[in-house]
Amino acid sequence: MSGNLLEVERLTKRFAIGGLFGRGRFNAVDDVSFKVDAGQPQILAIIGESGSGKTTLARMILNTLAPTSGAIRFRGQDLLGVRGRKRRLDFMREVQPILQNPYEAFNPLKRVDRYLYASATRLAGAKSQKARDEAVNDALQKVGLSLTEVKGRFPHELSGGQLQRTAIARALISSPALIVADEPVSMVDASLRMSIVNLFGRLRDELRVSILYITHDLATAYYVSDRVIIIQKGKVVETGPAREVLIHPQHPYSVLLKESVLSPDDVGQGAWEGERPRPPSQTA
Amino acid sequence: MRQSGRDNGSTVGPHPPPEGAPALSVDNLRAYYLTHYFGVEREVRAVDDISLVVRRNEIYGLAGESSCGKTTFLKTVAAAVRPPLSVIGGSVQYAFLDRDLYALNPAKLSAIRWRRLSYITQGSMNVLNPVRRVRESFIDFAYRHMGLKRRPFFAAVNEHLQRLHLAASVLDAYPHELSGGMKQRVTIALATICRPEFIIADEPTTALDVIVQKDVLAMIREAQQQIGSSMLFVTHDMTVHANIADRLGIMYAGRLVEEAPTADIFANPKHPYTAHLVASLPRIGEQSRKESLSGAPPNLANPPSGCRFHPRCPLAMEVCREASPALTTLAPGRRVACYAASPLVKPSPTAERVAGATHRAERVGLVQ
Amino acid sequence: MLRILKDLFRYNREFSLGAILILLVVAISLASFLSPYPSGMQYVVPFDAPPSWDHPFGTNSRGQDVFWQLTFAIRNSLLFGTAVALLSRLIAIVVGLTSGYVGGMVDSVLMSINDTFVVFPPFPILVLVYFIFKDHMSWALLAVAMACLGWAYDARLIRSMALSLRTREFTTQSLFSGMSTGQILAEEHLPYVLPIVFATTMNNINWSIGLEVTLSVIGFTNIDTPTIGTMIYWANQHTALVAGVWWWIAFPVGLVIITFVGLYLLSVSMNEYIDPRSRLSGMGGAA
Ligand SMILES: Nc1ncnc2c1ncn2[C@@H]1O[C@H](COP(=O)(O)OP(=O)(O)OP(=O)(O)O)[C@@H](O)[C@H]1O
Ligand SMILES: Nc1ncnc2c1ncn2[C@@H]1O[C@H](COP(=O)(O)OP(=O)(O)OP(=O)(O)O)[C@@H](O)[C@H]1O
Ligand code: SF4
Ligand SMILES: [Mg+2]
Ligand SMILES: [Mg+2]
Repeated sequence: MSGNLLEVERLTKRFAIGGLFGRGRFNAVDDVSFKVDAGQPQILAIIGESGSGKTTLARMILNTLAPTSGAIRFRGQDLLGVRGRKRRLDFMREVQPILQNPYEAFNPLKRVDRYLYASATRLAGAKSQKARDEAVNDALQKVGLSLTEVKGRFPHELSGGQLQRTAIARALISSPALIVADEPVSMVDASLRMSIVNLFGRLRDELRVSILYITHDLATAYYVSDRVIIIQKGKVVETGPAREVLIHPQHPYSVLLKESVLSPDDVGQGAWEGERPRPPSQTA
Repeated sequence: MRQSGRDNGSTVGPHPPPEGAPALSVDNLRAYYLTHYFGVEREVRAVDDISLVVRRNEIYGLAGESSCGKTTFLKTVAAAVRPPLSVIGGSVQYAFLDRDLYALNPAKLSAIRWRRLSYITQGSMNVLNPVRRVRESFIDFAYRHMGLKRRPFFAAVNEHLQRLHLAASVLDAYPHELSGGMKQRVTIALATICRPEFIIADEPTTALDVIVQKDVLAMIREAQQQIGSSMLFVTHDMTVHANIADRLGIMYAGRLVEEAPTADIFANPKHPYTAHLVASLPRIGEQSRKESLSGAPPNLANPPSGCRFHPRCPLAMEVCREASPALTTLAPGRRVACYAASPLVKPSPTAERVAGATHRAERVGLVQ
Repeated sequence: MLRILKDLFRYNREFSLGAILILLVVAISLASFLSPYPSGMQYVVPFDAPPSWDHPFGTNSRGQDVFWQLTFAIRNSLLFGTAVALLSRLIAIVVGLTSGYVGGMVDSVLMSINDTFVVFPPFPILVLVYFIFKDHMSWALLAVAMACLGWAYDARLIRSMALSLRTREFTTQSLFSGMSTGQILAEEHLPYVLPIVFATTMNNINWSIGLEVTLSVIGFTNIDTPTIGTMIYWANQHTALVAGVWWWIAFPVGLVIITFVGLYLLSVSMNEYIDPRSRLSGMGGAA
């Protein structure tokens, strides 16, 4: 199989802002284009300032928000054509989201397994209860959990890391080809963060899943991703192989971004004073 | 203000001492979630015997594994306790209060909120009222406390927002029209505009990019230095701690396991959990594989015996399985609860007593 | 839910007072099943007797016992109010949730219908309905007509909640678990709007009972069904006040006021409990 898994072409999303009067318009996503190759699974990191349109971009790729102009093609088919329940389900089998806040990702009033079973039934086509249990358990095993740990629990009875891994397991049930992960590690501790990021690496290498990894964490982006896209105010300012871009950024914004990364080596008994320039010896 | 005995030493240290009297002292605080589903009683010991002091003009960072009880601890020191959470024992004393926090009546409590004590909750971007514009939220919560006229009030708000890299136009937006990071900054603005003396912040910068995060931290730092306020700051991001916290406390499974000036924690972690935490930080330009902690996080409804870290600890010994190590002062300002760290560390008498009995009778939960 | 009610009862003065008043009113209406006289029957007791041991609320000029008549009247009024409230809540929930969740064209269409209903003045419309149906005017018909007029405001409220629920992450999770729109609305979102619906139900019952009383008093409803309104209507027809039969008016009016106050207190206390603003005040500590 060749060609592109995902093709984003001159994508733009315009929002209206402000009150009733002087309602302005601005482009939250502005003329963004990129491709993900179908033959070679990869982790593509999307980095950018807060409010630069990353979530908006993700929502358009997930087909939950319509673009103002431009096109998104998944396996050559324009997402505009994904209409109607059957086509939508087919699409969801292939493209799955992982969301930012594990505490918000499941309805606090409902049991967590509900979503796992729904996916197994609706997306993986498991008919019997046994097949469903099996599909769910398989997916949970991939993330280092098991059905007995999750079954019948409410979200508040699980820790943030368990929730996030459950969410990833749910996304894996239908064996998708593409996962869109919007800041999947920003709410979990450093250790869990690494375990999730390592899991992404394994998904790519073993299950051949491509991942759009939206993040603010340049260090993990460097650690795990193959390519990065840096966006600022809705526009792509720099793109390329992850290691290269993050070590030697070219665009001034990327440079600033890299310089702003706090390093654990800067530790100075909390004596950091914000904008005051630090002695050169201390900068990483 | 009472001061807990074992912290007396921490003002004299090798590092510039965090000066001043305690702003908050917490003693042997215990708070459990008491639930009963379908007749089964469960007791989640999310905060189990924690004692610490936050000084005036100090930023105290708190880190630890997901679900080790950080948020629960903040809730109890912010008097935001609601069933099923219940304060089982211990005391919480603020310098600006003449008595224990839990001895206050509700009227007094609401008088100190926002102005003297402000609590930025975890996932606080979701606390904004979805059906009101941001401007209205500012009027609802800050206007009364600022004691300004409309115009100067909004001038102050605008100036404050600007420091957080937000345009004045966010005031006219509904929360769902803002990005995650913008909402988070709006709540930070709400919580800090009245310049409270004590700020409690739970993961306030998780949704921010590095550039904005840096400026937000600078703003917090600056405000804190200008008015000499204190701050209790929880985040998973150790690099943030490295850059902003004066002292760091590390929590594991409902207990404080290590406490030291930030630089010492990074340079010379004593507790094996802390050591793991510091070692697992990824850095740009570094390609070695970073492993996560093996084993499952402890179940707080039924925590491991002895040292709660022992099932996952590479240094575990016989004694670790049996008796819980006491948080012991090793050097001035340096406390740790691990037998391997020093022979000074002895089994904790209080923790054993606590683990043995359930103190339902002492419940002092604040129900409202 | 039970636990919440228990807590409310214990810690919220308004709630407990409201609950007691409403329980009293409900008890009176249930007493109608014990009535020694059937509701429609006239001339079964002496006329115009003042309150006494035999007839605690007196008797009226149509030969009915006011107390037992009142039990029927308040039962019908409550049923009427509840029916209107439930029906209009149903419309409000369906319209509000759908509009907020689906968005786009559906939202614009539903909301412009909604806005027309908001600006319709209910009273003249109901009088108009009466003139159209005249003799066919029944209890059920009036309830339907009023339900159609009473949902619009709450539908807007529910829509605004649905708008924010739509942006919550678990909605995306449900969607990508393959759940259908109906399932998402009924199982994921409905539990969030129910508390609000619960509180507005109280207000709506009040509104519909009040409107029914007004319409009945001036005779624009089916006057053969005993309700609080028709009771007052008949009392006026017999110029009860002029004739000094004050108990015929005073007791129904008193009871309906108790009902109003009770429902009002319930809705206020619940509003306090569910107001999303109180979540933000939680930031400064507990709510
Ligand atoms: N429904 C909406 N209506 C109007 N403006 C919106 C809407 N949704 C998003 N925006 C605006 O679009 C811009 C981009 O938002 P988006 O959520 O995509 O940012 P982001 O890159 O994900 O930021 P963050 O890192 O903070 O999550 C923001 O300025 C936001 O205010
Ligand atoms: N309402 C509740 N009922 C029962 N248990 C609860 C409740 N809220 C939290 N817990 C449990 O209490 C423990 C501590 O939770 P807490 O939220 O304090 O963790 P945390 O350290 O803030 O974690 P994170 O860093 O992931 O936010 C967890 O095991 C959690 O499952
Ligand atoms: S006390 Fe024992 S088990 Fe606990 S951290 Fe120290 S060495 Fe490990
Ligand atoms: Mg975002
Ligand atoms: Mg927390």
